[in-house]
Amino acid sequence: MSRHRSTASGYVRPMAGWWRRNPYFLRYMAREGSALALTAYALVLLAGLACLAQGEAAYERWRALLTTPLSIVLHLLALALVAYHALTWFQVMPKTAPRLPFAPGLITAAGLAASAALSLLLVAWLAWGVQ
Amino acid sequence: MATDIADISATATRTITIECQRYDPEADAAPHWQRYEVPFRDDMSVLQGLQHIKDHLDGSLTFRWSCRMAICGSCGMMVNGVPQLSCHAFLRDYFPGTVRIEPLHHFPILRDLVIDQSDFLDKLESVKPYLIPRQDKPLAGGANQQTPQQMDAYYSYSQCINCLLCYSACPQYGLDSSFIGPAALALLHRYNADSRDQGWAARADIVNAEEGVWGCTLVGYCSEVCPKGVDPAHAINQNKVNSTLDYAGLRRLLLPKGATE
Repeated sequence: MSRHRSTASGYVRPMAGWWRRNPYFLRYMAREGSALALTAYALVLLAGLACLAQGEAAYERWRALLTTPLSIVLHLLALALVAYHALTWFQVMPKTAPRLPFAPGLITAAGLAASAALSLLLVAWLAWGVQ
Repeated sequence: MATDIADISATATRTITIECQRYDPEADAAPHWQRYEVPFRDDMSVLQGLQHIKDHLDGSLTFRWSCRMAICGSCGMMVNGVPQLSCHAFLRDYFPGTVRIEPLHHFPILRDLVIDQSDFLDKLESVKPYLIPRQDKPLAGGANQQTPQQMDAYYSYSQCINCLLCYSACPQYGLDSSFIGPAALALLHRYNADSRDQGWAARADIVNAEEGVWGCTLVGYCSEVCPKGVDPAHAINQNKVNSTLDYAGLRRLLLPKGATE
């Protein structure tokens, strides 16, 4: 307790397993947990940068590691989790905005559209670069 | 019209099982469940089911209620794990299943379905839930007028009936009860958003604190369960922006109401 000295009394129930009590809380934990995939992928990219700093041989070893079947499965998993995180992130975004003169769903829709457009642009640019 | 409770057994067409959590602080170490078979009609609320138990089956069952029409905010309970006003939930919607009733989550239980709300009341007091004008105006000065737009800025937040369903929907409050919580923070915003109020500075230490808006992780369930459409999650999270601007010294520059403080 900090600023409040509570005057409450009575039987206090335990909180253990609270997130399994309600599907809403399970979805919340999935939303927050999916952010871990973002962190993990940032670490993979950081490792690539460290390898690049070490020289060409180390960088090529890192690149070869990315093409293994296990790595591709993990990439697909990370893609799914990050996509879910992006979806839920834009879904709660209207709650952080002040009162606006249009439907809150527009913020979500615009955010998702911008995110999808930028992703497609990036994929197109990469595909163009590979050719 | 009050329902003639004695009539229910005669006119009821179906019987539903209601399981209530019971706790007697003088006899029980922990709460336990008790089952009742309750005859009901289609128009009976969960609260009326409890009243039938108290009047005909077990007079020792203890619960709070008053208005029976979702106005007073007294009869909040967990109905099958969901925080609800028991006068606003109907037995027919749970039949043929069992209705399981617990006291509101995250509050200490005093007896049976009655929780101790004093922690909320302490917090409500701490957010200064009243208008703080820049200077007191004499009565002769006339009414403080508002445009419809100015009223719209806070009206939905003023609809709170202190029923505490949002606190039972908030795991952050359950895990750490020093969090000021959804309803008190929504009411704090209700006054901050009022054009007649100049109390941002007086309430700022609560808003900016870890126990204030920053204790919220936007689970969002508070706004789902609110029976009055108050949307506490929105009230709290838009104040994360205000709190950040306040920290950076920009709130007074960017928000016109703040500039007149």
